[in-house]
Amino acid sequence: MAIGTLAGLFSGLFGVGGGTVIVPLLILWLGYEERAATATSLAAIIFIAGFGAAAQGLYGNVNLLDAVLVGVPAVGGVVIGTWLQQRLQTRLISLLFAAVLVASAVELVLQ
Amino acid sequence: MTGAILIGVAAGIVAGLLGVGGGVLFVPALVILLGLDQHQAEATSLLAIVPVAIVGTYTQDRYGNVRRDDALLLGLLSLAGAVAGVALANALSGEVLRDAFAILMVLVAVQLVRRASSDPSASQRSEESSR
Repeated sequence: MAIGTLAGLFSGLFGVGGGTVIVPLLILWLGYEERAATATSLAAIIFIAGFGAAAQGLYGNVNLLDAVLVGVPAVGGVVIGTWLQQRLQTRLISLLFAAVLVASAVELVLQ
Repeated sequence: MTGAILIGVAAGIVAGLLGVGGGVLFVPALVILLGLDQHQAEATSLLAIVPVAIVGTYTQDRYGNVRRDDALLLGLLSLAGAVAGVALANALSGEVLRDAFAILMVLVAVQLVRRASSDPSASQRSEESSR
């Protein structure tokens, strides 16, 4: 219950799915292994992001065209990513992605 | 616009691979590349995540990785939290929200590095592949 509520709050506040919160908590609190945690987290995110988007829609903040512009290509990406996850060890990718995030954070603040 | 499409594909790949990375890439891409303000970017990111999560879940379910009961429970329990989070985001100024988001990105990066350095299944897999 705590995981769901926390993830929802986090997702609504930051506009992210909440996987950042859900995945480690499923692993640490419920003893999930990583693949089951990421998969179950994705399924929960359908609801979480759906609720959040609906609530943001009421504030008039949702830009439908831009959501399609990044969301539709991402659907293709997620199929590739899931396929790769069954075949690769993800350590190097995690480290690369961490570097990308730090660089983007700097860019975002400096803008 | 091409940049936004490429970021979309990249965000999807990372989301499928690491279970993180949809929104955490969508939001900065929408701000930096498409010029949305922080509130619009977060709202738009949430909507963009929905189809990605649906397709990602469908493919993961075919690999037998989704624990459906837990996912449904987590998702439904998140409703109140999501609405509260959105209300809180809209009560904050764009600058505060943007700086908080930048901190979040760094924290996600730290978490990924820690997971990468402590994940026993990843090191096991790397040993197998190096044999």
